[in-house]
Amino acid sequence: MTKTVVDGVLRAVKKVRGGVKVDHHKNTAHKKVERLPIPSKVVIPMQQHIGAPCEPVVKVGDVVAVGQLIGDTDKYISAPIHASVSGTVVAVGDVKMPNGTMSKAVTIESDGEMRLWEGIKPPVVETREDLIKAVRDSGLVGLGGAGFPTHVKLNFPADKNIDTLIINAAECEPFITVDYRECVENSKNILAGVYLLKKMLGFKQVIICIEDNKPDAFGVLKDIADHEQDVYDEVKLMVLESKYPQGAEKMMVQSATGRKVPPGKLPADVGCVVMNVASVAFIARYVRTGKPLISRSITVDGSAIKKPNNIRVPIGTNIGEIIDFCGGFSKEPCKILTGGPMMGLAIVGTDLPILKQNNAILAFAKDDAVLKDETDCIRCGRCAIACPMSLMPTNIVRAAKAKDVDMLNHAGITVCMECGSCAFACPAGKPLVQHMRLAKAILREEGKK
Amino acid sequence: MVNGKKLVVSASPHLRTKTTTTKIMLDVIIALIPALVASVIFFGPKTLLVTAVTVATAVLSEYIARKVMKRHNTIGDLSAVVTGLILALNLPVNVPLWIAAIGSVVAIIVVKQFFGGIGQNFANPAITARIVLLLSFATHMSGSEWVAPLSWLGKADAVTTATPLALYGKEGAVIPTLFDMFIGNRAGSLGETCTVALLIGGIYLIARKVISFKIPVAYLGSFALIMLIAGFVKEDSVGAALEYTAYQLMSGGLMLGAFFMATDYSTSPINTDGKYIFGVGCGIITALIRLFGSLPEGVSFAILIMNLLVPHIEKITTPKPFGTPKKEKKAKEADAK
Repeated sequence: MTKTVVDGVLRAVKKVRGGVKVDHHKNTAHKKVERLPIPSKVVIPMQQHIGAPCEPVVKVGDVVAVGQLIGDTDKYISAPIHASVSGTVVAVGDVKMPNGTMSKAVTIESDGEMRLWEGIKPPVVETREDLIKAVRDSGLVGLGGAGFPTHVKLNFPADKNIDTLIINAAECEPFITVDYRECVENSKNILAGVYLLKKMLGFKQVIICIEDNKPDAFGVLKDIADHEQDVYDEVKLMVLESKYPQGAEKMMVQSATGRKVPPGKLPADVGCVVMNVASVAFIARYVRTGKPLISRSITVDGSAIKKPNNIRVPIGTNIGEIIDFCGGFSKEPCKILTGGPMMGLAIVGTDLPILKQNNAILAFAKDDAVLKDETDCIRCGRCAIACPMSLMPTNIVRAAKAKDVDMLNHAGITVCMECGSCAFACPAGKPLVQHMRLAKAILREEGKK
Repeated sequence: MVNGKKLVVSASPHLRTKTTTTKIMLDVIIALIPALVASVIFFGPKTLLVTAVTVATAVLSEYIARKVMKRHNTIGDLSAVVTGLILALNLPVNVPLWIAAIGSVVAIIVVKQFFGGIGQNFANPAITARIVLLLSFATHMSGSEWVAPLSWLGKADAVTTATPLALYGKEGAVIPTLFDMFIGNRAGSLGETCTVALLIGGIYLIARKVISFKIPVAYLGSFALIMLIAGFVKEDSVGAALEYTAYQLMSGGLMLGAFFMATDYSTSPINTDGKYIFGVGCGIITALIRLFGSLPEGVSFAILIMNLLVPHIEKITTPKPFGTPKKEKKAKEADAK
């Protein structure tokens, strides 16, 4: 891919420190998103977001239709769950989640008809409150991977002086190409979403950020930025250096505005809201059709996958079924991930459901799955150079070993976002992210005493 | 489980750099080859013998020390080879081989393994070993024992001479030209004389991102600045001061020290600011010893002294976590006091 940049785009206001150069492996960039055939069964967990789990509102034997509400809660930080196929509820109970925890789930046996629920109708969105209610009803969570309920993110107090909406199309994780495909295939929805959010929430500027390894998306995003609706030229495209973790929220805020989010604070505290590009497109689609979040695009790739592809799958589809659709395994799989290779989760098997926030399934053969042996730390400092948050991982490891809470706090462990740059850069093969998580756990434990 | 086989489950990230400790050490060895070749040219094949002894003793010491301490074997990381190599380059060619061997034992067992092995030692093994040898075997390590370059080619017995640093400024002394200094045609330790070979090695390490340019640049820069002033005070002319500075830069073990010993990971700061402070400190101490000390050379002592200060330098230069507000920074600093 060339690195030419179209005219009239912004470059980073303030470049991100550290980070690592990771091979992109965007093998599926040219693959149009295909639809998975209707699965015979879906398992839809009630916990698919950061926050409180939903309670099932259907029972075994109920006949449900596509888009019908099956789980909800009155807790604020949460997002409702909808049926992704039409059919009969055959089970309501605990299932194992990809991360090893248990969650309540609704299992629906598909009737193969994908009959839409009659209650689906486009929401009326005239005010800011309408929009936030609509976003909540849609069940939307951040589609970039974290799964934070979007309505919470958008429902900032009106007096908070939020002036900037940052659209994250960086997709800095290797292998994953669904956001890129969203830009290329669904630019109309992105366009509508950008101007809807800008109008309803009163952003003074919108900055669409993308990495410079996706030149084919520059044009369509530039068209959005240059659209006639943008009367005062407040929507801009920014092309960022391809570097991991360019797409991390705090990094994105710094690149786009030069502002730094303080430790323990959110982008909203410095006047910014960061949204994944697919989430923005989804909001526009929901406002137009009223169809809630019942399917999503994922990249299926890795050295053990026979036919890497981008696929649109109903939420709750069995991961094994998705891999089978991609031709199954070409080699014996040794490690399977949901999400990207830098922050994704290694799963114990394929008999697990796909969740709202999953953006990829990656399966690796032995050569790519077994990490190098751990050797002694040589104090080379590559971890500290790589850390985008200016932390010193070696100090944190030492403090964690000594269970020294003061030193952990002083070293800023809570700022760590577990991006994995340190562990990637470590020539001694230290599992530094594991150490960081341990350090956080120690801080929580000791804090209780 | 997939097809009845267990999957690997590990914490993210699932990608790792291809760089390993062994590859880093291999790069350092490659970077030292020009200096080694130059010293074979100027000081003869005995260079290789001295190097073989220090390297072999270093590796053997490491192996035995790890075995005795019941720790995993680390000779595969090649760091002992690097220590042996650098130590050899710090020795005169006519050093008795048993002294060279003692140097390696001190470097690996006393300085490195007693403190926990690679990454744990607080002082540079090769430098400390060199200082131990210098103090224990002064006549063999310095003084009038230096062999004149290229004398191994002549039929006569080895011609002894003094190093340029010892000669400089003495009346009637014939000192090498700047060009000779640059290519290494002068008396001195095996690997320290050929400036061009050391520069090639240093630039290779920087280009390969094994070391950062910060320590060598801060070291050589601060040293050159002081020498420029000193030269001007001495000679009272800019031209002469420049010549004096160039001479000083290429003398002694400065180039070897700045690129290969001051940049040692274990014994230099990790942070950018720390690296600059460390380098400038080395430069100042080296200059002071050369200008005012009773020893002709100060690189080893300068680096060793700065090695001891590394924990303190790191303490004051650790960056604040991303986004820490300025006010809080000050408050935290006040807390620390």
